[in-house]
Amino acid sequence: MAYSVDQAGCAVLRILILFISILLAASRLSGAVAQEPSPAPAEQVSQIKLGYLRAYAPQLALSVLDVPPRDEGVAGAKVAIGDNNTTGTFLKQKFTLDVSEVKPDADVVPAFNDMVSRGVLYILADLSATQLLSIADLAHDKGVLIFNVGATDDRLREEDCRENVFHTAPTRTMLADGLAQYLVWKQWRRWVLIYGSHEPDKLFADALRRAATRFGGEIVAEKEFTDTGTARRTDTGVVQIQRQMPVFTQDFPDHDVLLVADESEVFGTYVPFRTWIPRPVAGTAGLVPSAWHPASEQWGGTQIQNRFAKANGRRMLSKDMAAWTAARIIGDAATRTQSTDPEKLAAFIRADDFSIAAFKGQRLTFRKWNWQLRQPIFLGDGRSVVSTSPQEGFLHQVSELDTLGIDQPETQCELK
Amino acid sequence: MLRRLTILSAGLAVTASLGSPASAYMVYVSNEKDNTVTVVDSTTMEVVRTIDVGQRPRGITISHDGKFIYLCASDDDTIEIIDTATYEIVGSLPSGPDPELFVLSPDGRTLYVANEDDNLVTVIDLESKSVAMEVPVGVEPEGMGISPDGKSLVNTSETTNMAHFIDTESHEITDNVLVDARPRFAEFKPDNSEVWVSAEIGGTVSVIDNASRKVKHKINFEIPGLRSESIQPVGVRITADGKKAYVALGPANRVAVVNAETYEVEKYVLVGQRVWQLAFTPDQKTIISTNGVSNDITFIDVATDEAVQSVTVGALPWGVVVSPN
Repeated sequence: MAYSVDQAGCAVLRILILFISILLAASRLSGAVAQEPSPAPAEQVSQIKLGYLRAYAPQLALSVLDVPPRDEGVAGAKVAIGDNNTTGTFLKQKFTLDVSEVKPDADVVPAFNDMVSRGVLYILADLSATQLLSIADLAHDKGVLIFNVGATDDRLREEDCRENVFHTAPTRTMLADGLAQYLVWKQWRRWVLIYGSHEPDKLFADALRRAATRFGGEIVAEKEFTDTGTARRTDTGVVQIQRQMPVFTQDFPDHDVLLVADESEVFGTYVPFRTWIPRPVAGTAGLVPSAWHPASEQWGGTQIQNRFAKANGRRMLSKDMAAWTAARIIGDAATRTQSTDPEKLAAFIRADDFSIAAFKGQRLTFRKWNWQLRQPIFLGDGRSVVSTSPQEGFLHQVSELDTLGIDQPETQCELK
Repeated sequence: MLRRLTILSAGLAVTASLGSPASAYMVYVSNEKDNTVTVVDSTTMEVVRTIDVGQRPRGITISHDGKFIYLCASDDDTIEIIDTATYEIVGSLPSGPDPELFVLSPDGRTLYVANEDDNLVTVIDLESKSVAMEVPVGVEPEGMGISPDGKSLVNTSETTNMAHFIDTESHEITDNVLVDARPRFAEFKPDNSEVWVSAEIGGTVSVIDNASRKVKHKINFEIPGLRSESIQPVGVRITADGKKAYVALGPANRVAVVNAETYEVEKYVLVGQRVWQLAFTPDQKTIISTNGVSNDITFIDVATDEAVQSVTVGALPWGVVVSPN
């Protein structure tokens, strides 16, 4: 419980800083008021500006069906802004969304600074881990709250965690654990693993290995699929794939499930139905764990799905849900505190009894040791939801959702 | 349509031959999954017939004279009117899209409908079967409660997390009261003094004072051995004497019995799986719960608060109403 002492110290410091800045602001304000006295009308609408800061470049996928939509994530935030504003009409609050894009490897600091100079104090970050870390401390100094809606990197919740960064996107370990629980529940315990040669693929492979140890699965063999830089889709390519993939999987020992870790879209989609022996595929292809499923209609999901489809002309994806949830968290905090002040909203979100409803069958809360949103993981095959984890029987003394991902006793996070 | 009529008349013959005591009430249960309404005799606690209805039937209520059932056929975007003498669908009402739940005014002339997809409450004049008014409310309106004096309507919006108080004369929203996450149901006390609003994800029932329109008490539920996340209050019913309330707790598979004067939870009655809605018999001797996942309803004795019997109905029972006579 050492972290709570740190937090208390931090809070005292923040209160001091806040007090000083109020004094400063007041002295500045008194000058302004002397020049133009304009009492605010009682019924004034207060504005809450949200930003969506995004690393974007057109992306290819092995299947055209998997090419990310141009507005992935942003569309979810927009629907939440609409929902917040419907609520806001009753409470005189108006929410806006300011969207800014940079290239995936670009310096994001100028775009961040521009956004903040436009009055944005709440930023939905859809960035790489490196980019997010480049603005996290700047944001802290400027009193800006960041909501990570895109990066699944565990390190952002572990060694690189930050007090002012909340995560609505699940981590790779949460996703891998959600999948592993289901496979173990099915008694399909012997796995083989093919992982890609890029960094994200290796990280997801690590998460799968960890999940195997944790839940009693066994990875009996592994193979790396090296990206040789070939074109992803060609007219005759499929002929070769049909012959190559069986050969590639021929030397695996017998197994129940073939796991695929290919976030980079190099080979994963080509694995199901092309293996040497007939076995189900899971991971980034086949049975895929995710934060949301475009076909989920459980737990009132029909309503958000209809609302989203009507507004955007497409189905709602995981990143849309992470962004929707983040913007709703901000909206709910603003509504219930009747405030636009990030300090007050943050205090509300960090409180013990904070929770948010996000069509996942139970209230979602934050892990207080790293500000990761606890959430069930959907397992889907592309057409429908097969199951949601945590699975029955995976118990936990605090929350069954904490059977997914790195738990408090193992965390490396020291919030600062 | 022809096929439906044939099935109906065949069913009618069966009912006629079965017969039922004149004192029995009829319990009508909407089955969300298999598009039917099950009719159960409250005395024998047996299914007397099954009525084919529109798609995804959810909210269900009955006219005060007991002659017509009103039923939200959510996926057909309509409200069906079922004649209780013939069990035939005799008409429909212009509900607006995706009607889920509604409430009938105390004078029986007006039906107030929550349109979940359109953030609207639709006011339907039953005599002319036309839309009298649409009132914009919060996101995902669902719960509908009306004060016994007919003056105030309360709608709950599931994503906005508010109880909207609507003046039934002006059709204006007069108050918006924040409650906990995903409010599903609103129920007034018989003396108009309070409205109880359940919050499915929040796990609470907010007691709102109808005079000040402020939350005066929040009821929490704790069941040993159950995770608090699985306690999800939905349907609420309060006895006519205002002394006792029943709260359906969803996947907690129980109905909570609450002292409506002290707000203490006195008992948890184990019923079936995922219990959502409740209805009293008119004599208030029995309250009936719909248990969605176990496909049954449970009769609870109001005097002892014991579950008396469960009866299998259709697939995913959702709403329930009992004939007034």
